[in-house]
Amino acid sequence: MATPAEELKDPVEGVGCSRKRKEDARFIQGRGNYVDDLKLPGTVFGTFVRSPIAHGKVVSVNKEAALALPGVLAVLTAEDLEPLSLHWMPTLAGDKQMVLADGKVCFQYQEVAFVIAEDRYVAADAIELVEVEYEELPVIIDGRHSMDDDAPVIREDLQGQDAGAHGERIHHNHVFRWDVGDAEATDKAFEGAPVSVSEDITYQRVHPCPMETCGCVSDFDKISGELTVYLTSQAPHVVRTVVSMLSGIAESKVHVIAPDIGGGFGNKVGVYPGYVCAIVGSIVLGRPVKWIETRVENLAATAFARDYHMRGELAADKDGRIQALRVNVIADHGAFDACADPSKFPAGLFAIVTGSYDIPTAFARVDGVYSNKAPGGVAYRCSFRVTEASYLIERMMDVLAQKLGLDPAEIRSRNFIKVEQFPYQSCLGWEYDSGDYHTAMDQALEAIDYQGLRKEQEEKRANGELMGIGVAFFTEIVGAGPTKNCDILGIGMVDSCEIRVHPTGSAIARLGTKSQGQGHETTYAQIIATELGIPSDDIQIEEGDTATAPYGLGTYGSRSTPVGGAAAARAARKVKDKARRIAAAMMEVSPADLVWETDRFVVKGLPDQSRTIKDIAMAAYQHLPEGLGQGLEAVEYYDPPNFTFPFGAYLCVVDIDRFTGEVSIRRFYALDDCGTRINPMIIEGQVHGGLTEALSIALGQELVYDEDGNILTASFMDYFLPTAVETPHWETDFTVTPSPHHPIGAKGVGESPNVGGVSAISNAVIDAFAHKGVTHLQMPHTAYAVWKKINELGMNK
Amino acid sequence: MAKKLISLTVNGQTHEVAVEPRELLIHTLREQLNLTGSHIGCETSHCGACTVDFNGESVKSCTLLAVQADGADILTVEGLANDGVLHPVQEGFTEKHGLQCGFCTPGMMIRVYRFLQENPSPTEEEIRAGISGNLCRCTGYQNIVSAVQYAADKMSAE
Amino acid sequence: MFPAKFDFHAPASIDEVLSLLVEHGDDAKVLAGGHSLLPMMKMRFAAPQHLIDLNGIENLRGISQDGDTIVIGAMTTENQLIASDLLASHCPLVPEAARQIGDPQVRNRGTIGGDICHGDPANDQPAVTMAADATYVLQGPKGERSVHSSEFFLGSFYTAMEADEIMTSIRIPAANGSSGSAYVKLKRKTGDWATAASAVQLTLDGDTCTSIRIALTNVGPKAFRVAAAEEALSGKSIDEALINEAAEHAMAACEPTEDLRGDVEYKTHMAGEMTRRAIRQSLARAGGQ
Repeated sequence: MATPAEELKDPVEGVGCSRKRKEDARFIQGRGNYVDDLKLPGTVFGTFVRSPIAHGKVVSVNKEAALALPGVLAVLTAEDLEPLSLHWMPTLAGDKQMVLADGKVCFQYQEVAFVIAEDRYVAADAIELVEVEYEELPVIIDGRHSMDDDAPVIREDLQGQDAGAHGERIHHNHVFRWDVGDAEATDKAFEGAPVSVSEDITYQRVHPCPMETCGCVSDFDKISGELTVYLTSQAPHVVRTVVSMLSGIAESKVHVIAPDIGGGFGNKVGVYPGYVCAIVGSIVLGRPVKWIETRVENLAATAFARDYHMRGELAADKDGRIQALRVNVIADHGAFDACADPSKFPAGLFAIVTGSYDIPTAFARVDGVYSNKAPGGVAYRCSFRVTEASYLIERMMDVLAQKLGLDPAEIRSRNFIKVEQFPYQSCLGWEYDSGDYHTAMDQALEAIDYQGLRKEQEEKRANGELMGIGVAFFTEIVGAGPTKNCDILGIGMVDSCEIRVHPTGSAIARLGTKSQGQGHETTYAQIIATELGIPSDDIQIEEGDTATAPYGLGTYGSRSTPVGGAAAARAARKVKDKARRIAAAMMEVSPADLVWETDRFVVKGLPDQSRTIKDIAMAAYQHLPEGLGQGLEAVEYYDPPNFTFPFGAYLCVVDIDRFTGEVSIRRFYALDDCGTRINPMIIEGQVHGGLTEALSIALGQELVYDEDGNILTASFMDYFLPTAVETPHWETDFTVTPSPHHPIGAKGVGESPNVGGVSAISNAVIDAFAHKGVTHLQMPHTAYAVWKKINELGMNK
Repeated sequence: MAKKLISLTVNGQTHEVAVEPRELLIHTLREQLNLTGSHIGCETSHCGACTVDFNGESVKSCTLLAVQADGADILTVEGLANDGVLHPVQEGFTEKHGLQCGFCTPGMMIRVYRFLQENPSPTEEEIRAGISGNLCRCTGYQNIVSAVQYAADKMSAE
Repeated sequence: MFPAKFDFHAPASIDEVLSLLVEHGDDAKVLAGGHSLLPMMKMRFAAPQHLIDLNGIENLRGISQDGDTIVIGAMTTENQLIASDLLASHCPLVPEAARQIGDPQVRNRGTIGGDICHGDPANDQPAVTMAADATYVLQGPKGERSVHSSEFFLGSFYTAMEADEIMTSIRIPAANGSSGSAYVKLKRKTGDWATAASAVQLTLDGDTCTSIRIALTNVGPKAFRVAAAEEALSGKSIDEALINEAAEHAMAACEPTEDLRGDVEYKTHMAGEMTRRAIRQSLARAGGQ
């Protein structure tokens, strides 16, 4: 973390400064602009009638009583949306989903009707008056049974279709089969291997649960024909394009604005039925329609995360050198595949499953399946399934270590990709940009006195106590991504930055990403400040208004720094090029005769001959030699040449109460390498937050359903969010291995702590039992689950 | 039942509003008084994003009926600063990076404001217990604890 | 998030409350702290047509001493219990439990009466006040009556209180110097209900336990005292063996229901473990340690 002295050194408070955030001012004074804060005159309120059952035919819908309630303006059903072809909508994953129940419902809390009323309280009364008759159908909740011979048909709309967006479908509840790697070579390696291990590992269904739920205000101007939608979106431009396609209104007349967003974590990427219904309502009624979901609706019906049933296998030699990795996954996508993946990657970037290790051959197969649960799958700081992949390999390393009687840190060290191997071609097709794993691991192990802890563990074990040390060394892949293979609905995953410098030297920059708390108004300003010598305080950053911001694919998958940040640096460099030419003209020298120093161009060898960026900015709006042209601005659409590969060494020490099963995190040490660090204070904050989410997942979160498909954890009574009491102190550290292909060497860090944190904590809990031969325990590691194992082993006597 | 006329003082200003008995205080504040700083994050009284200072106590305004606030003296985040001068709690949050998305922040700061009156020199453990009625998903609470310590130090020095 | 419509009444006296209860019968619910009732109404699991607010009735609040008895007004909030010097000296079990209920904001509104009255087996103060040998004072149209805590809870959400009565106070014998008590509550996180919890209050004469009460939370259809454990330990010098025996009795007496906190086996064992810890802590405190 930059000390005050370091900060004083940087007059523009640019890259590397732990400067305070520029956006804080409005938030600490209660002047944030979140969607529900918006008050357009004449606004009416929409809310859903939702299915109480997980699977069933909709026999009838009776709106009469609801429509008769004073204050109710409309009750929309699929019937009303059908003439507009909006009763179904395409998903980001090449599937389609019902906007409103069309003949049947496929998950509990699915949207059945949309009631619009003058105020929210009346709307809440009205939904109780809509009478819906259902005929229940059998339910599939466990994805492992979705492809049983007698499994009920969930998607009647896909009947007879033996191919989907991602190829062949082998069963009526099959979504796709995705293979990566060399199956033959891998199978061969397993056949010949001296040692092999196998483990069934489920990464349970969880939910990102940002503090602000999803919502929108849709406003259609009948006179101008323009549609304005304010909504909780991490990807406002994509939403605009989709809305234009669905509504038939030209994209130039659709204005999507994502204002302040109270946390996203992947929950706010896709298009929800609430947005579509509000838009339709606003067009039909000619009044702004506001839809804000409740917490129960958020947890039960919006983008969930994970639900991957994985079988991992490692083949190795007797020294623990891995020879092959084989993975089979059943991916439960819920009733509709609405996964927010780049379109060619139905299992996201799961091919990172070889992790930080130099594995000669690997094969992974992911079968996506349908079940009677809400749609989604890619969310919750997962970097597109990287959390699942990383958890798999980090667990398998421990399983292998245990089989061979090797230390978990040691076995990782033996298999690390070596620093001289970078850029590294993984056997599953990625080119890892840079890394120095051994240095990071050594630094981490030393910082916590790993050897001392293992000794303590030995003593405690002799005493019948339960202490665990979890090691996780993750490499993740972020910054989607190169347009040659990364697109969302066909739009290449670039991102963009437009910078304009004003005559008096301050500037504005607009980007296609969208912060939900990550501090972009500060960090992008810092990047541009360092490039242009303008103090970051004087650089205004805007995101989220699609009418003014250049097109971008939004913020998720930790892509803002690798893609948006690169666009910002490159746009700034374009501005600087022009500034150089202007300065040269002002000083009557050739541009090549100038050198840049912090905030000015200086003539080589003549230190008194200089022009500051401020001088140049003013000159840019005055008379200039022919060919230059006034103005000082540039736009850059950045197509990243590759993803970036942040990595980290996380170590977790737990003590387990053997009489209750309670897991207590005694110490957690997180070393992150995200390349160039733009604002260390903000990075630390991201790590604290991500680790806390990791703790939630590892120790308590799960979306649980009973056998009838009723969701049991759709409120904070049972969906575990830790308070400050349950959250430990997090220790953070870092190394810096810049990305060679990124303009400022930065990789991104937002999701790393969730990727590495879950593995470290889970590995620690399981490590506590390793001496008893326990190779795996299913998350979440609640006191109850842990106690069951303790009791089984008789360790509570 | 017809609407009832209630009188409540919020951030030093007294307002008369007509409310249905079932109207929640958080809705009165946000929708009738246009004080949208306090937020709604759940409907089961867990998250604390709606916390206000109510007659000198930290209370979740989503679990209070507006009619119960008749005659009450309420402080919300909009009333923390004094004539443009930030309260030490607000200063602490920005000095120590105690917020990211900002959604839980108003409720959190209003709780901290009262907590520090109840306990002007808290230990870290006491701080964590003191804010255990306020959930945050972004910060992991660590910098919030630092923010509270900063505010406590500043206020005791004053 | 939005309750159904209702009529709101803010009576100023207990008599007013009682006549409203008589007038509206099953259509009415009293509003105490509101942190159980209002969330249920917001989720539309409850929709009373009349809400009778008790918050304006001053003589339902307050903690006082009446001879050897501590008298706690039913509308006393959990935070007021924690702040009370009287309870700290004479009935520390109650504020100890209060600290483990809800969170700081909830404790500013949640009341001891509300926590006891509707017979929710998950609430803490029933078992806690039972262990403290409490008597509840009820008032109805026919007048005032007292019901001992051991006779008040009849089943899940079913108590000895009639529909036209309210609880006005809780009377607890002041604990003396040779007393020790503890409330040990296992929960998944701050603010959660108990996975299992045990309330113990005992008195020592030298090494001998002259009286002991053990009550359990959320491991049966109602809070209950573990009579067999109390009998086994009463009059004895309590050692680890006896503590374990008490735990066995607690486990034998439980009838927990399986939920996300745990299955029957886990909850039963936790009832035993919480009892062990509560007895150990009570002994230590009685010994003045």
